[in-house]
Amino acid sequence: MVVLSLRFLFIAPVFFEKYDVHGEMSRVPAEVMESIRKNKVCLKGGLKTPVGGGVSSLNVQLRKELDLFASLVNCFNLPGLPTRHENVDIVVIRENTEGEYAGLEHEVVPGVVESLKVITKFCSERIAKYAFEYAYLNNRKKVTAVHKANIMKLADGLFLESCREVAKKYPSITYNEIIVDNCCMQLVAKPEQFDVMVTPNLYGNLVANTAAGIAGGTGVMPGGNVGADHAVFEQGASAGNVGKDKIVLENKANPVALLLSSAMMLRHLQFPSFADRLETAVKKVIAEGKCRTKDLGGTSTTQEVVDAVIAKLD
Amino acid sequence: MTMAANLARRLIGNRSTQILGAVNSSSGAATSVARAFCSSTTPITATLFPGDGIGPEIAESVKKVFTTAGVPIEWEEHYVGTEIDPRTQSFLTWESLESVRRNKVGLKGPMATPIGKGHRSLNLTLRKELNLYANVRPCYSLPGYKTRYDDVDLITIRENTEGEYSGLEHQVVRGVVESLKIITRQASLRVAEYAFLYAKTHGRERVSAIHKANIMQKTDGLFLKCCREVAEKYPEITYEEVVIDNCCMMLVKNPALFDVLVMPNLYGDIISDLCAGLVGGLGLTPSCNIGEDGVALAEAVHGSAPDIAGKNLANPTALLLSGVMMLRHLKLNEQAEQIHSAIINTIAEGKYRTADLGGSSTTTEFTKAICDHL
Repeated sequence: MVVLSLRFLFIAPVFFEKYDVHGEMSRVPAEVMESIRKNKVCLKGGLKTPVGGGVSSLNVQLRKELDLFASLVNCFNLPGLPTRHENVDIVVIRENTEGEYAGLEHEVVPGVVESLKVITKFCSERIAKYAFEYAYLNNRKKVTAVHKANIMKLADGLFLESCREVAKKYPSITYNEIIVDNCCMQLVAKPEQFDVMVTPNLYGNLVANTAAGIAGGTGVMPGGNVGADHAVFEQGASAGNVGKDKIVLENKANPVALLLSSAMMLRHLQFPSFADRLETAVKKVIAEGKCRTKDLGGTSTTQEVVDAVIAKLD
Repeated sequence: MTMAANLARRLIGNRSTQILGAVNSSSGAATSVARAFCSSTTPITATLFPGDGIGPEIAESVKKVFTTAGVPIEWEEHYVGTEIDPRTQSFLTWESLESVRRNKVGLKGPMATPIGKGHRSLNLTLRKELNLYANVRPCYSLPGYKTRYDDVDLITIRENTEGEYSGLEHQVVRGVVESLKIITRQASLRVAEYAFLYAKTHGRERVSAIHKANIMQKTDGLFLKCCREVAEKYPEITYEEVVIDNCCMMLVKNPALFDVLVMPNLYGDIISDLCAGLVGGLGLTPSCNIGEDGVALAEAVHGSAPDIAGKNLANPTALLLSGVMMLRHLKLNEQAEQIHSAIINTIAEGKYRTADLGGSSTTTEFTKAICDHL
């Protein structure tokens, strides 16, 4: 629905092939996968994953099939949007294919269930390289690896080893490690100490949502899932409101996150000037404070916010 | 305080608990526990693990406050060894564990866990050997100590024995590691039962189960099923389920939404530390581990802070508040309330605060201020 509004927005030379996918489907339809493979870039709204069984998450499926190994969420304070925390500018880079979300579970005997968390050197190295390369190309100063290696010595130990090896190749970037529970605590107390964070799958999910929450909420944070050949851009952290019919019916969904993600997509497609124009327009609308959806404390509808952004595009 | 006055206080304290115990004959099990603990001649023995780093200093602080308050407790102190005890596969000796099993109540200071060394972590050993299945951490905004969040009042109850911390990992082939997360019906039911019982006895209205069952369908799914079963037995308590990433976000935006949270091991670890961060950090957070057969081991969850060890700078609040939780478990509610108020008032006044709270008092000065408030 938000994506619909976006199509009217696009003055950039981008054509959309539109597809309807819903969370209850058991698999992503083949023609959708074909289209993404062909076009290599995709903009996606949230897909709700039903709790409790039967259907494996479509989001996870997309990521696995296209091998989108890195999930990026950029959490930053938007000027004009007051939050409890200042000076937040964190990029969470999360390993997207393995870890706790390997989906390998089985019942050993009735009443006893096992779930496998898989960590491989290959994937850990890959994500570490991506994180450092991202930091390097975007002039970021510090990369922090988030782990729980004091308890999960082999699994997270392997992840850390890979990060350390890659860190050696980027001497200009500071590297440190932090245990995940301490990390969450530091995030709510002193978020300004974090810059780029690289994490395995589950911790990344939690850290990204926490960081998004402190910087203004999931309604405004852009993000993307990046692979070697493909990229899917969507709302960065999408806890909670995906699939909530009430929000859709009442037109209260916040389009800012998806708009900013589209800006990321434009940059990815090498259209930095269009990306800048879009971002500036969005930031101006937020800073003005007149047009905001409910999650930011306002009363505007989705369409009104999009119209305001279009109006600000020059 | 003279010896005679101290003894008199202890005797009166014990007798009042006995009288109360006789009146509350409906809560049979609780009374027998209270009576077993208190007699007019013997104080209660509790195990004390001062721990490493700043542990011994803050343990001293607790002992001083408790003595001043006239708490009828005798401490049996145990220290972490320097060699691995083969009977326990860790640095904790069998005798230490037996001590807690015998006394059924204990207080633990911070113990250091080395990263990646190949033996069992000390905390994990305690939990497994004593079957401490629930970790309870009340988090509330301290009046007088301002953080970015003012209206936090929640309790996290974390399953403490299984889940992702089962310690079962292996290398499949070089470069590929598997770690097992185990969820059992028995452990999930146990912690859910405790959570609802706690909510009921402390007058809490809502229990939220935190999970990621949309991805980990069988494991967290089983946890949720057990919570639902227990919820049916407590119709007066509202029960809800919240996905963990949503929970994290809600906590940092509006922590007043939560009341009692119950969750499996890993999520509990992260969420309880997150909540501690909301109210001021681990230096202020009490915690209590509940085991089978009424065993309770209260502990300070912060680290051993080796950089300030021995310098009289440590903040004993966490250990003191944990001691208060221990007293409440022992049904010594009067003294628990006394000490609790003394701590809250001292911090609220702001004259005596340790460095981590923004003040400049030493541990001993802070302790003395609390004793004066009693």
